[in-house]
Amino acid sequence: MSDTILLAHGSGGKLAHRLIEETILSSLSNPVLACMDDSAVLELNGRLAFTTDSYVVNPIFFPGGDIGRLAVCGTTNDLAMSGATPLYLSLAFIIEEGFALSDLKRVLASIRDTAREASVQIVTGDTKVVNRGNVDKLYINTAGIGKIPSEVNISGANIAPGDKVILSGSIGDHGIAIMSKREGLHFSTELESDCAPLDRLVADMLSAGARIHALRDPTRGGLATTLNELSDQSGVKIIVEEEKIPVRDEVLGACEMLGFDPLYVANEGKLVAFVPASDADRVVEAMRRNEYGADAAIIGQVQQTDTPCVVMKTVLGASRLIDMLVGDLLPRIC
Amino acid sequence: MKYASEFRDSRLARGLISKIERSSRTPVRFMEFCGSHTVAIFRYGIRQVLPKTVTTLSGPGCPICVTANADLDKAIALARIPNVIMASFGDVLRVPGSYTSLQAVRAEGADVRVIYSAMDALKIAQNNPTKQVVLLGIGFETTTPTIAAAILQAEQESLTNFSVLSWHKLSPPAMKALLDSGDVALDGLICPGHVSIITGSQAWEFIARDYGIPCVVAGFEPLDILQCVDMLVSQVENGVAKVEIAYRRGVQHEGNTVAQQLMETVFEPCPAQWRGMGTIPASGLKLRPEYGRFDAEQVFDIDPGPTREPEGCICGEVLRGVSPPVDCPLFGKVCHPENPVGACMVSSEGSCFTYYLYGGKNE
Repeated sequence: MSDTILLAHGSGGKLAHRLIEETILSSLSNPVLACMDDSAVLELNGRLAFTTDSYVVNPIFFPGGDIGRLAVCGTTNDLAMSGATPLYLSLAFIIEEGFALSDLKRVLASIRDTAREASVQIVTGDTKVVNRGNVDKLYINTAGIGKIPSEVNISGANIAPGDKVILSGSIGDHGIAIMSKREGLHFSTELESDCAPLDRLVADMLSAGARIHALRDPTRGGLATTLNELSDQSGVKIIVEEEKIPVRDEVLGACEMLGFDPLYVANEGKLVAFVPASDADRVVEAMRRNEYGADAAIIGQVQQTDTPCVVMKTVLGASRLIDMLVGDLLPRIC
Repeated sequence: MKYASEFRDSRLARGLISKIERSSRTPVRFMEFCGSHTVAIFRYGIRQVLPKTVTTLSGPGCPICVTANADLDKAIALARIPNVIMASFGDVLRVPGSYTSLQAVRAEGADVRVIYSAMDALKIAQNNPTKQVVLLGIGFETTTPTIAAAILQAEQESLTNFSVLSWHKLSPPAMKALLDSGDVALDGLICPGHVSIITGSQAWEFIARDYGIPCVVAGFEPLDILQCVDMLVSQVENGVAKVEIAYRRGVQHEGNTVAQQLMETVFEPCPAQWRGMGTIPASGLKLRPEYGRFDAEQVFDIDPGPTREPEGCICGEVLRGVSPPVDCPLFGKVCHPENPVGACMVSSEGSCFTYYLYGGKNE
């Protein structure tokens, strides 16, 4: 087989079949996928969660992850944020002609490992190859289905005054890891993306017997944007304390250099939870026992208001508004 | 030592705040020259925790904000020339010139690339020998030495496809022009930390000596700024005016002489147009004649056409500290970060952007 992807690999002909059988199926095999019918046939009942997302990250390999791990984590995390147990994923590739087969195999291995970690099965997929320059190396779309336990009712609209705000760990790791790799910025310690599947963490939180009102993973736009979305959705005022929000020293240093605020930098393995005050400590305890929630902390609380907003109590004891991200994060010049 | 978190210690901050409260009797107005100080002051809510006697005003120290529309138009016209790659620091892209922005012409097909250091532009030039690479040289004394170094390296490598459009400006002449205009009365100056790393604290001595205004160079963490305010208050209460440093870990009296020498070698002072402040003598930097082949203004025949100022925008008064952003009729209504009318609403260090982002609009 050729060591790069050719247009013919996406043509539906012999080369395409060989690519699917020898490279893709061999990595991801499971009984549903093995049927090789035009669609996956699934036995499901009850309340389902269904979501989709596309992944176009550049570079496709970065410290702490790659586009494959991201494509599995991103979609399973969106399911988990509704309290669903992720079950099945679809996986569609759009590949640039000339892409190295070895890189595709590397991405597939990462997809296989991450899907195993998240206990989801990849049950259907597609591969397209486009002319050089029409996409940048590799784009991935995944869609996912999960099942929501009957007693679970989690929504960004369910936040109530008095709720505590819980953050699962340090913020900004993913965005700064990607930026440093993409722009060739070298720091003395290499920062890793926090890219991780959060379904088990959510399962641990639910089995602590707490009432969870809302969950959200603060991806693009960072924690600041997520908190703003939620305050609007539930019509509440969210107050967070600067000192309680964990930020790694490396992230803080890079943000200072680049003129970013870690509050606006993307995460791929963190969640923020809103739970009644009486349940908060129990949830934090359960989270800390999971590797992806080891640094979980209560960072603030929710108040009633006529004008939904997010307020930060600074280290000096002053308060200021936190707005959504505007435009792209651009580095400053001095 | 951790250079960020240790300077955000809330216990030490409370100590400094109560010290300022005890010693400050005279109502005073301090100006922070630098946009990074404005951001830090808002980000940590420093205005809220200072006693009522202490007022802080934002100054003109945001290089993007003070760039005149005529200069922006020139860069935009340059980017539109076929075969030109414009290498620019990211913040500049969204700034509206008279009619459009670099970001908009990039969307139309111009080759505008975001760089993180001047050396990135050199690399682009080395990798694209058939194209002309223009580096947008912007910034105060902090960034100028790195641009000078890039020009010297281009000379060493005999690059023929690299030039710089110099918008570089000097901070002390701007401060002098502001004080001479009599627009604002100041009781103290929070001197820029990064600029002073290069220039040394000596650059501000004329302000203490000739204008009798206390000067303290400050860093950008909450403790740095509170310590600076404390030192300024103490000068005012003791009736002295001198230059002090509250940023010893970065700034010395004489500054970075190697960097100063680099600037001196490549650049010479020239009159420069500042948004809202007009033309200030010897406040800009242009390439010396011996480096003329790296001067984009000489390499290209640029015709940006007539300039236009946005109607109703009071950027100029904001930059001079005469009016706060909230006094602008456009602020938060027509002009917001998604639809910036003036540069001060674009730059991450612009006063209007900072007021908007950190809730100063509710002050």
